[in-house]
Amino acid sequence: MRIDGKGLIDRSVTVPFAFDGQRYHGFAGDTLASALLANGVRVVGRSFKYHRPRGLLTAGSEEPNALVTVGQGSGATPNLRATTQEIYEGLEAVSQNRWPSLNFDVMAVNDLFSRFLSAGFYYKTFMWPKSFWQRVYEPIIRRSAGLGALSGEPDTARYEQAYAFCDLLVIGAGPAGLMAALTAARAGADVILADEDSRMGGRLLAETEPLDGEAAHIWVARVLDELAAMDNVRLMSRTTVTGVFDGGTYGALEQVTTHLANPAPDAPLEAFWRITAKQAVLATGALERPVAFPMNDRPGVMMAGAVRSYLNRWGVAAGQKVAVFGNNNDAHRTAHDLQEAGVEVVALIDSRANATVTGDFPLFTGAQVINTRGRKSLGEVHVQTASGVEVIEADCLAMSGGWNPTLHLSCHLGGRPVWNDSIHAFVPDPKNCAGLHVAGAAGGVFSTKGALKSGVFRAKEALKALGMKAPSMPLPVAGDAEFAITPLWQVKGRKRAWLDFANDVTTKDVELSARENLASSEHMKRFTTQGMAPDQGKNSNVGALAVLADATGRSIAATGTTTFRPPYVPVPIAATGSAGAGKGFAPERFMTSHDRSLELGAPMIEAGLWYRPSYFPRKGESTWRQACDREVAMVRGAVGVCDVSTLGKIDVQGPDAAAFLDFIYTNRMSSLKVGRVRYGLMLREDGMVMDDGTCARLGPQHFVVTTTTAAAAQVMRHMEFVLQGLRPDWDVRITSTTEQWAQFAVAGPKSRELLNGLLEVQIENDSFPFMACGEVRIKGVDARLFRISYSGEHAYEVAVPARFGAALFDLLLERAQALGGGAYGLEALNVLRIEKGFLTHAEIHGRATAFDLGMARMISPAKDCIGKVMAERPGLKGPLREQLVGLKPAGAAKLMTAGAHLFMQGGEAVSDNDQGFVTSPCYSPTLGHPIALAMLQNGRARHGEVIDIVDHLRRVRTACVVCDPVFYDPDGGRCRG
Amino acid sequence: MWFVIRCFMILTGGGAVVELMEKSAFEGLLPVEVVGCRIIAAPPEPMHLISPYKGQEKPLSAAMKSAHGMAFPAAGRATGKEGARLVWFGLDQAMLIGPAPDARLSEFAAVVEQSDGWAVLRLQGALAEDVLARLVPVDMRAARFKRGQTVRTQLQHLQVSMTRVGGEVFQIMVMRSMAKTLVDELQNAMRLVAAR
Repeated sequence: MRIDGKGLIDRSVTVPFAFDGQRYHGFAGDTLASALLANGVRVVGRSFKYHRPRGLLTAGSEEPNALVTVGQGSGATPNLRATTQEIYEGLEAVSQNRWPSLNFDVMAVNDLFSRFLSAGFYYKTFMWPKSFWQRVYEPIIRRSAGLGALSGEPDTARYEQAYAFCDLLVIGAGPAGLMAALTAARAGADVILADEDSRMGGRLLAETEPLDGEAAHIWVARVLDELAAMDNVRLMSRTTVTGVFDGGTYGALEQVTTHLANPAPDAPLEAFWRITAKQAVLATGALERPVAFPMNDRPGVMMAGAVRSYLNRWGVAAGQKVAVFGNNNDAHRTAHDLQEAGVEVVALIDSRANATVTGDFPLFTGAQVINTRGRKSLGEVHVQTASGVEVIEADCLAMSGGWNPTLHLSCHLGGRPVWNDSIHAFVPDPKNCAGLHVAGAAGGVFSTKGALKSGVFRAKEALKALGMKAPSMPLPVAGDAEFAITPLWQVKGRKRAWLDFANDVTTKDVELSARENLASSEHMKRFTTQGMAPDQGKNSNVGALAVLADATGRSIAATGTTTFRPPYVPVPIAATGSAGAGKGFAPERFMTSHDRSLELGAPMIEAGLWYRPSYFPRKGESTWRQACDREVAMVRGAVGVCDVSTLGKIDVQGPDAAAFLDFIYTNRMSSLKVGRVRYGLMLREDGMVMDDGTCARLGPQHFVVTTTTAAAAQVMRHMEFVLQGLRPDWDVRITSTTEQWAQFAVAGPKSRELLNGLLEVQIENDSFPFMACGEVRIKGVDARLFRISYSGEHAYEVAVPARFGAALFDLLLERAQALGGGAYGLEALNVLRIEKGFLTHAEIHGRATAFDLGMARMISPAKDCIGKVMAERPGLKGPLREQLVGLKPAGAAKLMTAGAHLFMQGGEAVSDNDQGFVTSPCYSPTLGHPIALAMLQNGRARHGEVIDIVDHLRRVRTACVVCDPVFYDPDGGRCRG
Repeated sequence: MWFVIRCFMILTGGGAVVELMEKSAFEGLLPVEVVGCRIIAAPPEPMHLISPYKGQEKPLSAAMKSAHGMAFPAAGRATGKEGARLVWFGLDQAMLIGPAPDARLSEFAAVVEQSDGWAVLRLQGALAEDVLARLVPVDMRAARFKRGQTVRTQLQHLQVSMTRVGGEVFQIMVMRSMAKTLVDELQNAMRLVAAR
């Protein structure tokens, strides 16, 4: 029911919206909650476990009952709090956890069996048969207890993440936060003021108390105007600071367009901010806590402060006959505000016998609410007074058990709250809040005057830490009412009294937990699930601890509290991870030949972040194998061209370059002549092989090292580590040149013929023998030529600056085709190298030593190198090691698969008998049958032996002959030709 | 325009004709313009990474001054101006952008050509700072990141070099193969910012 003349809403703008399909009207400035309340909607949700009808409890982000789903299909967002969801034209909200409807919910039958559904009941009840828990019981329980559901479709909404920086972050824009921000802003500090509400002002917007002689919201508007006009201030409304992280980093969730009827198509729904602040003021206020009296969860039982919020901010009376029940003076305000607004107050009940209560309505002191009646709306309140039980007719009961400082963020870096006996609540421990200055109600200062003063004081502390001078700050005239409270945590009775409304946890559950000896706060929380719902115990935490303390005969301080962790409010993963959605997951790296390869129909394969063509299909080829076999034959018989730009290239220069390379390679590089290339092996410090590649000497102090694609970054990092950490005395400079050069392999008997058609100066076998390198000019461009071969054929790699890469690739293809060749992809490249027994990281898998790979002799005995000592460790050599071998089928060609394990012929294929595994299999078109590289125990001594390869996944068992890993041209004559 | 495929038919020093077509890393991707912000490819210029040898920082800086008119930059700074710039690029490294490096520099430093290794673009406009605030975990606001300041940082997952080269103009460098991802990320952030 709206009250004329009350509230900060704009009554000239009517906003139509729908809840559960029913159409309603609200006003601009309404939340879904205030608009529903104004329309007389009492039931807004069903409880988690018992499916009891529930109404609004609060007016803020702590709301446990009024969770709704907004939107439809893939655009639906579940579990939004009606108290923070602003209405807009066309808003469609639906209630949750009910079937078929909010008014009639079949699962409400649970409520009748509540005696059997106490905390932990399912663990005790559904124990047999064991296998039924996961498959039968748990799914049913989960379906009947619950929250809103996701659509199951990809989220179509846009989200954003962003970074912000400031000297001072002020969290919360109530009286303390506004004064803190104003103080720091006037001092010239770079300030961010963040507040979760759509309108800044905090409790100042919800109370009738004047400020500086005028309505508080007018003072708020003036302060905000001053702040908004300053360049050094950023006001972030609808922004909830959700977590505190290391180094002064704060996470914050901004509602960007959740309140708009027609947001711009590209605009994000929400944004997740990472705010780096040198200092911060925590001015998050306090949350009112319920009293656990029997049947305290009926629609109409609300927090007293929330009833004032609805009245004073939104002009809505929460009921027509309102009773107020509290244990502190603050609750009295609700009765007085309501009466002044013309709402009937049917009772003001104060649990304190000595309380001073005034007012022109029935007053009860030393009295308690012991029961309520009314299924879908509160009807009666039963009050125990000294003289007996009074039955009071009321449709709203405003309750207050005191206020808990909103200290959550102070715990995120490990701070433990401390108990304060004067306000009977936990407050932040200032010792554990480095850089976070707690102001106002968040620190237990509950009067308006105290909050304003504390805001200034904490801002000055922060300014001092920033080395800035604080201005003098006059304080506005404000109320300084003393907060008087006598604790009242629960009213005992036969019926259930709720602590955690969101998870349906009652005082009985907590008492049961204590009886079961789960008496620590952490155990109680897990046993009862108190504090584990979307509200994370904001309403129930301290109350539950008090009941636990009572049940275990300890004080609350001694019972202690569980801690609070980020996030303060639910944060969609879509928001925190928005930058990683779709292609944002990882960069794409494209070679210069990429577009051309796509034109040729080549399917791409991801190698690290690179996209490489796996084969180039031609007309009539229906499988990759056909294309691959053709490409292999082309390289063996004519000439093939392959983009190998992804291989790492590292430029090494300096007076100590040769010594450095001797140190990181197992073999000697200092003896390499200028204009020559050498194959090299690098070990890790632990003696295992790290990578292989080539090293070319371009000048006396100038080398270019190539790495495998996969290890390019690792080798660069390794080199940096060696130079900075191990040999800082050496004068060597390294630079990655991987991206500078587009490099193409030209391989096959006709490779020289192809190149000589393009080079300005012709090359011959004498002038440019195997393992030569040098600078050449190709079609007017300075290029580098390396005579190296990964195919075993007479082959070259030619490198040009990347801007010429696409053109050179086209030209090489054209010439290759004229010579009966063409492009080959990664599949053919792989087959070519397996036929030659060359290695990749399938063999250099991190556990292989040079000995295992048959390269022990590459570790030069004449010098030291990284990994040399550790490679000598016992167990890294000898017949027990798995050694590189070749495999070919024994008898008719059969399937050989990667990852298959090796066993004695006919032996049982169990892990005890495992003798190694297949690293790289392929069909060899050159030899006409499958071949494979494998690691086999004592393999080099077993050439000629027949073993079985077994692949349990693909159900393959093939008998194979062990052989030398070099299947083709073992003398290497072809590459020298 | 210079950023599309073009065919160089100019005479080079050796007298031979360059017959291979150049292709920019940003071909077909730039320019991109959204309200308040645009990205364009930077003109292609020679780029060389200069890494001074031990104890050679001073003579290198002197040689640099006499040859190219600018000193070796301190960490986080760029020296020079449009057409001849020296951008700090990491520990003991700076990227010379514009002039071909004087031969004397090689006495004091490793000089490695990178003209094609890095793709360079310019992000400019009134909303450029807001766009970067969506992508870069560094305070890029004018008061904290002034003209002539440079940083090696990450732009989403990309390792980049960023320099403020004008009031509202940022030079962003990324490894060539990732040019498309850079444009995609910038474009996405530009749309988000413009939509606000």
